[in-house]
Amino acid sequence: MSAPVVGTPFDRVDGRAKVTGEARYAADAREAEPLYAVLVQSTVARGRIRAIDESAARAVPGVVEIMTSRNAPRVSAIDFSFEVPSSEQLAPLQDDQIHYDGQHVAVVLARTFEAAREGAALLRIDYDGVPARSRVADVSGFETITQFFGRDAQQRRGDPERAYETSAVTIDATYRTPEETHNPLEPSATIARWDGDELVVHDATQWVNGARSTLMAAFELDETKVRVVSPFVGGGFGCKGFSWPHTQIAAMAARLTGRPVRLVLAREQMFTSCGHRSETEQRLRLGAASDGTLKAVLHDVVTATSRVGTFLEPAGLVSTFLVACPNVAVTHRTARLDIPTPTAMRAPGEATGTYALGCALDELAEQLGLDPLELLRRNHADIDGESGRPYSSKHLLECFARGAERFGWDRRTAAPRSMRENGEYVGWGVATATYPALRAPAQARVTIDQDGRIELASATHDLGTGMYTIIAQVAGDALGVDARGIVVRLGDSALPPAPVAGGSMSTASVAPAVQDAAARVRDRALEIALGTAGSPLHGLRREQVAFADGRLRANDDPSRALSYAQIAQLAGRPLEAVGGAAPGEEEQQYALQSFGAQFCEVRYDEELARVRVTRALGVYDCGRVLNPKTARSQMIGGIVWGIGMAFLEETVRDPRSGAVVTNNLADYHLPVNADVPAIDVLFVEKPDLIFNPLGARGMGEIGITGVAAALANAVYHASGVRVRDLPITSEKLLAGAPVRV
Amino acid sequence: MRTTTRPPAATDAAVSATFRINGRAVPLTIEPNVVLLDLLRERAGLTGTKKGCDRGQCGACTVLVNGRRTLSCLALALAHANDEITTVEGLAEGDRLHPVQAAFIEHDAFQCGFCTPGQIVSAVGMLAENHARTEDEIREALSGNICRCGAYPNIVAAVRAVREAG
Repeated sequence: MSAPVVGTPFDRVDGRAKVTGEARYAADAREAEPLYAVLVQSTVARGRIRAIDESAARAVPGVVEIMTSRNAPRVSAIDFSFEVPSSEQLAPLQDDQIHYDGQHVAVVLARTFEAAREGAALLRIDYDGVPARSRVADVSGFETITQFFGRDAQQRRGDPERAYETSAVTIDATYRTPEETHNPLEPSATIARWDGDELVVHDATQWVNGARSTLMAAFELDETKVRVVSPFVGGGFGCKGFSWPHTQIAAMAARLTGRPVRLVLAREQMFTSCGHRSETEQRLRLGAASDGTLKAVLHDVVTATSRVGTFLEPAGLVSTFLVACPNVAVTHRTARLDIPTPTAMRAPGEATGTYALGCALDELAEQLGLDPLELLRRNHADIDGESGRPYSSKHLLECFARGAERFGWDRRTAAPRSMRENGEYVGWGVATATYPALRAPAQARVTIDQDGRIELASATHDLGTGMYTIIAQVAGDALGVDARGIVVRLGDSALPPAPVAGGSMSTASVAPAVQDAAARVRDRALEIALGTAGSPLHGLRREQVAFADGRLRANDDPSRALSYAQIAQLAGRPLEAVGGAAPGEEEQQYALQSFGAQFCEVRYDEELARVRVTRALGVYDCGRVLNPKTARSQMIGGIVWGIGMAFLEETVRDPRSGAVVTNNLADYHLPVNADVPAIDVLFVEKPDLIFNPLGARGMGEIGITGVAAALANAVYHASGVRVRDLPITSEKLLAGAPVRV
Repeated sequence: MRTTTRPPAATDAAVSATFRINGRAVPLTIEPNVVLLDLLRERAGLTGTKKGCDRGQCGACTVLVNGRRTLSCLALALAHANDEITTVEGLAEGDRLHPVQAAFIEHDAFQCGFCTPGQIVSAVGMLAENHARTEDEIREALSGNICRCGAYPNIVAAVRAVREAG
């Protein structure tokens, strides 16, 4: 009998397609005689278009059409909702108003990419610009934000001000994180085609059904008339979750010209046209008794959003539960600026919030003369401070213990600049990681045809997360067949529905649906094999047979056996079932949350004020691990993101115009191979069976959380300089360093 | 500094040339401003090579030109009409994967897979250059290929395994 493969380090089933170049991403879709679309974007941040001169652009051989508000098909603005997730309340190319630098204002359509690009460069647009506000400092009044996707953005318990004022030891520090840009390697792309009144779209999206509902709303179509396909996504990290205007624009251009349209964002457009993580300013006030027991946590967040969207970076929410404390106040305010709309970027809120809180706790530990890990242990939250509920499964203390042992934490000496090796200062830092365990209704379909071909289908996605692989593993085990033989189809709105591939919810949502679908097919096969006259198993009872190696056998006579294909032949049609799964009452009874511990080591060369990351360890409590190989990769990736956040990434705007000046990959620094050390990952592997029948919690986002704090704390430990403003650069370290003679 | 796209203009009429791609002769008629990456993807139907930035900053478009690692987004196609061009589609021999391809699967050296063709072609070129021996040298020699998913430690493990297998 084939051994179960769930829980084993299974190679990716889409690996061959990805290493040979056969995997087809959105821009690889083939359409007959397409038009190439190149977007032209506003170069002022606020004002109106005065005039567009198309003559030079139209003279370029190969240019077929130029679409502007003058001739664009009419579409209406859409308010954001989870049913119709349009990121911006801005109908594209409908009027002359400009709301931010980088807003789409025209699209040039040509028979070749080269001609479209040349036409776009020659399009002359004159603007009447008015002074723009692109920095939080430009704004005097802030909006108070009350909600973030159903969670209160203003929270309060106990008497935090009084508890803070009467605490034996206090910290009052303000931390800043810059605007960041997702920059998946795959630029967003939409290839759109109308077949009569039916729209078919290849879109680089984390949510085919979200893109479909946005297109349905924009063009007033029902769901049978729109199909969105996205089998491979070249990274998303949130910027391909909600829908952005370019997807509608491609469909509008295809309608205008009557031809398939290929629209791919240029890298610089990825900085303006599919979201970013907004900057944050976070004031943390912590109060503790002299033994380290927390008495007060006050977390005040100022962030920024656009004038055409609402997204908020909810950095303060972690302070309601990450550590135990009876007196807590969290506030969020936002500035409306003439900039594009921010969106969810890997762990929105948790990435920025665990940075600020994780650093403040490190500062508090130093004030108390306590080891920072000991402070975290002493303030462990046994129940969820936000809801007051027990956790379904929480093993953070075990993460701390295993991490400390693996990292060798007890060899750390407390004083900054007290550890040296080979002429460099060595610093060690620690911080807590966390991300909610989310789950949404999902469906999947399993089909086994008379030739024995097994297909598994769901409108979920594999962004590199391993979804293709883990659901093949789940289905293979449930059917008793080799998971490698299963054909998995994802990323198509025509398949059974699944939620957005975001919020780390896909595994917990889709894998139970796959398990259910497989169980239903198996039941159906049993019914046919035992109930059909002429079947070698006819007349046996269920407990007298068993599935193994893809065959159903009689227990007392293994020669009496049928394969799934033979059972389908008996039935005269494929075996097929749609299964589903959804969250239940556990959401009201328990707090569902993952935790982890991040340990980092840096080395600091004081002569150059240069920091290098030399070791990183993450220990995570994410429930059952379905595939340790792909799970480890997810966590390594999250830690690499934390390295980028701590030391490299910053989207810089021109303060006068709001234009992004770091709008390319030479000026927006992503971690490269030489920036990344060996990374160690451990899982505590406690199945969370209250959360879902597989016991697995999501892993997409927790990996980045806490990393920037652990790194910043390690930098302080190495250098003695506390930089509270990311990214930590040599200039900032030099500015904070003691003057030496 | 802020960059904007200002393309070369097609000042001359299209010309015919035969390209040698993955051992096959590919005759095409193209304008002089077509870059090699767009020729591969849009004219030759070879979409394995990816466009991540179109300005030589990410490495996703890496191909081998006469065995040498080359950023195809920065190469005018007609300048390479007589060169031997190898893309990710040209590495496997039938069903048999190139050792670097097989090692990438075994070591899980990718996630989304979009940078992977460039990473693999770059690694094949780097191994032929025969200078990167230690892990630090491999990291340095592959730092022109950005992986936003952050698979770097696994990429290094895969390349090192191929190197050690000889």
